[in-house]
Amino acid sequence: MTGRNLNFKHRVAVVGAGLTLFRRRMLETPQELAWLAAKQALDEAGLTLKDIDCVVIGSAPDAFDGVHMKGEYLAEGAGGIHKPTVRVYVGGATGVFVPIAAWWHVASGLCKRVLAVAEEKMSHSAKPHPQYVFRYIWDPIVEKPLNPNLLWIFAMEMHRYMYRCKAKKEDIALVAVKNKRNACGHPSAQLCDPNIKVEDVLNSEVLVWPVNRLDVSPVSDGAAAVVLASEEEARRITDTPVWIKGIGWTLDTTHWTNRDLAYPEYVRRAAEMAYRMAGIDNPRRQIDVAEPYDPFDYKELHHMEGLGLAKKCEAPILTREGVTQRDGDLPINPSGGLLGVGNPIAAAGLMKVAEIFWQVRGEAGARQVKKPVYTGLAQAWGDLMQAGTVIVMGI
Amino acid sequence: MRVGIVGVGWFGFQPEVVDYSFREMMFKAAQRAYEDAGGLDPRSEVDAFVSCQEDFWEGISIADEFAPDPVGGAMKSVYTVAGDGLQCVGQAYMMIKSGLFDVVVVESHGKPSDVETLNEVIFTATDPISLRPLGLENVHALAALEARAYMSKFGVAEEHLEAVVEKAHKAGVKNQRAVYASPGKSRSATPVVAEPLREADVAKFVDAAVVVVLASERVAKRYNDTPVWVDGVWWSTEFSSLEFHDWAFPLHAREAADGAYTQAKIADPYKEVDFAEVDNRYSFKELQHIEALRLAPRGTAKDLLADGAFCPGGRLPVNLSGGALAEGVPFEVHGLARLSYAVGVMRGEIKADVDKAETAVVHSWRGIPTATSVAAVLRI
Amino acid sequence: MTKPKNPRGTPFEEVAFPVFEMPHVGKARYNYTTGWALGRFLAGLKEGKILGTVCKKCGRVFIPPRMYCSYCFREVDDWVEASGEGTVHTVVASYIEATRARAKEPKIVGVIKLDVPGYNFDDHFFPGVLHYICGASDEDVKNMKLFGARVRARFKPPGQRTGSITDIECFEVVKP
Repeated sequence: MTGRNLNFKHRVAVVGAGLTLFRRRMLETPQELAWLAAKQALDEAGLTLKDIDCVVIGSAPDAFDGVHMKGEYLAEGAGGIHKPTVRVYVGGATGVFVPIAAWWHVASGLCKRVLAVAEEKMSHSAKPHPQYVFRYIWDPIVEKPLNPNLLWIFAMEMHRYMYRCKAKKEDIALVAVKNKRNACGHPSAQLCDPNIKVEDVLNSEVLVWPVNRLDVSPVSDGAAAVVLASEEEARRITDTPVWIKGIGWTLDTTHWTNRDLAYPEYVRRAAEMAYRMAGIDNPRRQIDVAEPYDPFDYKELHHMEGLGLAKKCEAPILTREGVTQRDGDLPINPSGGLLGVGNPIAAAGLMKVAEIFWQVRGEAGARQVKKPVYTGLAQAWGDLMQAGTVIVMGI
Repeated sequence: MRVGIVGVGWFGFQPEVVDYSFREMMFKAAQRAYEDAGGLDPRSEVDAFVSCQEDFWEGISIADEFAPDPVGGAMKSVYTVAGDGLQCVGQAYMMIKSGLFDVVVVESHGKPSDVETLNEVIFTATDPISLRPLGLENVHALAALEARAYMSKFGVAEEHLEAVVEKAHKAGVKNQRAVYASPGKSRSATPVVAEPLREADVAKFVDAAVVVVLASERVAKRYNDTPVWVDGVWWSTEFSSLEFHDWAFPLHAREAADGAYTQAKIADPYKEVDFAEVDNRYSFKELQHIEALRLAPRGTAKDLLADGAFCPGGRLPVNLSGGALAEGVPFEVHGLARLSYAVGVMRGEIKADVDKAETAVVHSWRGIPTATSVAAVLRI
Repeated sequence: MTKPKNPRGTPFEEVAFPVFEMPHVGKARYNYTTGWALGRFLAGLKEGKILGTVCKKCGRVFIPPRMYCSYCFREVDDWVEASGEGTVHTVVASYIEATRARAKEPKIVGVIKLDVPGYNFDDHFFPGVLHYICGASDEDVKNMKLFGARVRARFKPPGQRTGSITDIECFEVVKP
């Protein structure tokens, strides 16, 4: 990768963001969900679809919405009408990858104002339960015949992390408690619970030990959108464009049974790529607020360490000490994360990007973190413990 | 700062690749591409990898899980685009133009022979509420509707489709990987698939993998003495709902081509383009796409074809490879199949009956039921 | 001001009012080509053997096997055979089926790091498979006793093997 003065030559900013509600079941079709989020993002930026020249769509497995070539289906709702439209895809990491792809749409000089939309409708999928759709993510030859449930893989990673770091379920559950409480400040949130306690998490239904039901984020329908613009355009659109300072992503080997799951190396590499571009060498000090992906509570800890925001095995300690609360020294997931706001796979990651956008602009209201925010980070994860996508934004 | 193609590799182009899984096909195509790029080492010399595939073609959800290892991308910057291979070229083009990446590898693979219920899978791409309940047993009916609209609007007759089929198979015989080329094939002797389309009008499917290595002008010569420059690439989606898209003319192909021509500073394509590789997975589509790419005024492609303008040796040969009708459609690899053939002709590696091969336009659609096209302008 | 302002969308409960649903049962059926590497792997399982491939350049052994080394990007050099014994790398107890329904009995599953005679592996990269673990209870999982435990592959009787990963019934905990 070339390391030239990219931040001076091609500055790209986020100038608007929008979200729908995140709920277990929504009446709107996938296209309608995409439209609602896109419209809100455009409204915030004071733009209409006519002003947009390129569209980037993100949506995870087609099997959820039940439409093959889902990108074509979503195009209309996402503004891809007589426009260059592309759908990018890295499983769950898609939500943060969408603005990464949108970044080079602008930085290449080919597009000036890009609409990036992520949508997921998990309620469409097969009865009895959307989890069943996940059976197709496995290796069809050496894994699917064993009838695995998606949660197995997470539980295995969580258990390995607990083993190596001597982390206890009580400490990990603190993340679920923090995020589900944080979510009460989020207008889109599916699972706000202002009174939830660690005991509630530990006493919830055991699904795949060590994962209990409240350790996991819910199944959700929802959409999110952001508008990106070149420097010249951004200054015409808003007084506070939030600049994209660094992008990074990595996809590790398919073969997750061949590596140690205790540390997300793929997140580390993705973060390094983004940090180098953003000129960050001490993330713990230089990142003011972070939204790491939290489909499970232990994942927030796992990712904090991969991002270099905590030393290996240190994240549970920081959490216990309150460092990651909204009024703490390193607020983590002030939005309420996936655990609190909801997990419509691709839209969840973009929700986190929107959160950083609003935090940097001081518009997160009830969720605004106490310390001043100049630089924030959003990270998503996906596939078979493989994908890490990272975006660093700030002013 | 230009973007160049410095390595191309392909594997398969067989009705069924029996001995190798799709992952192994990807590896073989990648090996060849990296050899072609002067022995490029993907582990240390590639900045990013882009894979073009769709879950339902693979039979695997989150198909990008399987993308990294076979192309040398394990623990590297790899992602998937759910679109035709040329869309991946478009992304790689932007990535390199941004200045952040120097070498980007594009990959696409298709193994239609693994899919048992192809008609149903294609049909799953239609709108679940407005179209799916119709329960079409033959998705080609949707293409037949477009054919009727085009043919009646512009006075195109079945004999003109016959001419396209004949040209495709004659040219395809010279293309070593055109497994389906059968010269002397009489279109009217084949059974009707969906009127007015006959079996000869509809391309079959084929297993294949293609890998393309793109590099910035700054480093291209390290890998190849004669890069083929991508001077323009653009794509467009017309509409999601088939009901609203233009049935008679592929506006998406026009929009994609115009974008590519603008970037390549081509004002008069018919004069400035030497040859073209366009999507002809349905015979009438070749005529439509020729017109959409401004290589003939609307409705006149059939006449210029009859005059020999688009035949090998003609003024502007279209589909010297025979196109999808002769090679088959390897799902999303199609655009890369067209591109790799064009590159071969431009480099002189493929002997083709064309006077000048310095500027080419390459185009791909995505098939029924999409209204999306990608077009690229190549120069050497 | 708290963003997002008035996020839109219409949530609904299971069937609060008659909701117009368009059921569609897809028919997407596939026949996955196993290819050179996995084809031989499955044939090996039918014979009661766990096979892998080795890249002599970096020394990595791949189980499940592949034709190429992901790290050197070259074809592998040779086939090797695992001994059938291994160590539990990580393990869980599943109380639910793939469909999310409650299972009648907890299933113990994990990643087994496999022994290959003549090779040593660290925890960073090793030949390993996902499989069921038998001879252990969910209590053994909860108190983490199974981490690092020695296990041995238990194959189905030869007549019942079909050339599938399920030819191995489970990895059985080796009693001292």
